[in-house]
Amino acid sequence: MIDLQSREGAGGAPALELRGATLRFDRRTLWNGLDLEVKPGEFIAVLGANGSGKTSLLRVILGRQKLSAGEVRVGGEPVTAGNPRIGYVPQQKLADEGTPLRARDLVGLGIDGRTWGFLPSRAKRAKVDRLLADVGATAYADVPVATLSGGEQQRLRIGQALASDPDLLLADEPLASLDLANQRAVSELIDRHRRQRGFGVLFVTHDVNPVLGMVDRVLYLAGGRFKVGTPDEVLRSEVLSDLYGSPVDVLRARGRIIVVGTPDGGHAPHDEHHDAGHQEVCDHDPEAETQAVAL
Amino acid sequence: MHLTDLWNQIFDFTDYGQLLVLLRNSVIAGAVLGLLGGLIGVFVMSRDMAFAVHGISELSFAGASAGLLLGVGVVQGSIIGSLVAALLIGVLGSRARDRNSVTAVLMPFGLGLGILCLALYPGRSANKFGLLTGQIVAIDDPQIGWLIAIAVVVLIGLAIVWRPLTFASIDADVAAARGVPVRALSIVFMLLLGLTVAVSVQIVGALLVLSILVTPAAAALKLSSSPLVVPLLSVAFGVTSMVGGILLALGGSVPISPYVTTISFAIYVVCRIIAGARRRRGVSGRRMPVAAVPREEVAA
Repeated sequence: MIDLQSREGAGGAPALELRGATLRFDRRTLWNGLDLEVKPGEFIAVLGANGSGKTSLLRVILGRQKLSAGEVRVGGEPVTAGNPRIGYVPQQKLADEGTPLRARDLVGLGIDGRTWGFLPSRAKRAKVDRLLADVGATAYADVPVATLSGGEQQRLRIGQALASDPDLLLADEPLASLDLANQRAVSELIDRHRRQRGFGVLFVTHDVNPVLGMVDRVLYLAGGRFKVGTPDEVLRSEVLSDLYGSPVDVLRARGRIIVVGTPDGGHAPHDEHHDAGHQEVCDHDPEAETQAVAL
Repeated sequence: MHLTDLWNQIFDFTDYGQLLVLLRNSVIAGAVLGLLGGLIGVFVMSRDMAFAVHGISELSFAGASAGLLLGVGVVQGSIIGSLVAALLIGVLGSRARDRNSVTAVLMPFGLGLGILCLALYPGRSANKFGLLTGQIVAIDDPQIGWLIAIAVVVLIGLAIVWRPLTFASIDADVAAARGVPVRALSIVFMLLLGLTVAVSVQIVGALLVLSILVTPAAAALKLSSSPLVVPLLSVAFGVTSMVGGILLALGGSVPISPYVTTISFAIYVVCRIIAGARRRRGVSGRRMPVAAVPREEVAA
């Protein structure tokens, strides 16, 4: 199941390599000269204001957006659209009632969803069962996707992404609109599998706190610039003030990080719980947090 | 006495055997349409395109009327109308909101165009009305040839794109990341849908296409979520509605469509009732529901 040997066989290439990567739309530069290397098994959180180009970065890696300059390699090879070495987990969005899929079928699409035709292969069922067990979804394997909770659907999406045994997992706000317990469960699932299977993780999030104890490094994007390093190196008042070019305070309270004073006004409509002045704020009830930890 | 007359007008099974032989082509056409409608309906539902189907059928009606007026042929005209509408809706309305407004703009225009063509057509008016509400007039051999050829094209097309189209319909974002050609598939689907609508307009009429392209799949989705069972049920419902409707309509002097729509509606109602009863009994398909579910919800 764990394919570490073949990964080493590939010459120990980094899961992801960005060299001088630059992305411009018209005159606006999202990021300039971005260098980043994600090693196999490394967990990197991508932080930054909305509109700082976090999702665009994922689109570049997925081969759906061309770089203005620089290069990007996945597993040592240039990006291609539909690269099976990349797993992709998007934001949770509830499937509608008209979805003719059960949990196992959603996971199964990760195995043969891009293959023409309609007959499933024989090996598929056993593989789906294994993936469902890996993400703890066996209990609802045959339940219609539309009736599952957000957290359950995210587990299935992770199972779907793991199906091609990727070298790199891209997650785009996978915790958005999940409650605290499910945020924890989903991020722990990703953390466990990247350790077991040795794939690199690029985890885009507006709130670093749910994954603070898991990430190896963070990539912080702001105002066309970036900073890469461990959370302790990057999430500091002087570093972010320098990045933003204006005073920003990073507060630490009860093991959580709160960034106050980010100057950008842009914020997505989906995260109601922080405003322009509070970038990494997470105003969850600390008691709920303790409860989640107890589980 | 009066009621008996009415009854005999709607249901009349005298000389049934002979009629059946005469209308063999219609029964075949109905079965083929039930099959097509049942299959493509699953995608109409998962892509949320019921309204677009209605829009395409009105333009198909316009095409058929123009075909009648210009002497090109009703089938050919309705195929052209359907395909043009399907492509326009597919290209201009890739997002649901755009799609609805494009459809809403095209639909009355198509209907108006069709009415214009019919008003100018000097021939028999029974044919005219038939395009809107369906007809049981004997389908002749060249016509059935067309219908079957189109059906074969649609079936082969669906068989090839089935799985990637499912992926793209459920989750276009992830499908695109996985290398599924989402945009191209959407156009292919619109073409297949256009062809199916063109066939449907010939038989159930432009106004009632939804009863065969949406109702069976909607009913099937009430009973199952399995990607195998849903299409099978949907086809069974579609064929039952179509063939059943035609067989009941044979003797009466009423158009075929009320029979088809009534059967199809009744199936849907029954499926809803079954789904409701299941929900009340708490059938969810979860294993060990007590152990697995609340653990997450306690903390939430």
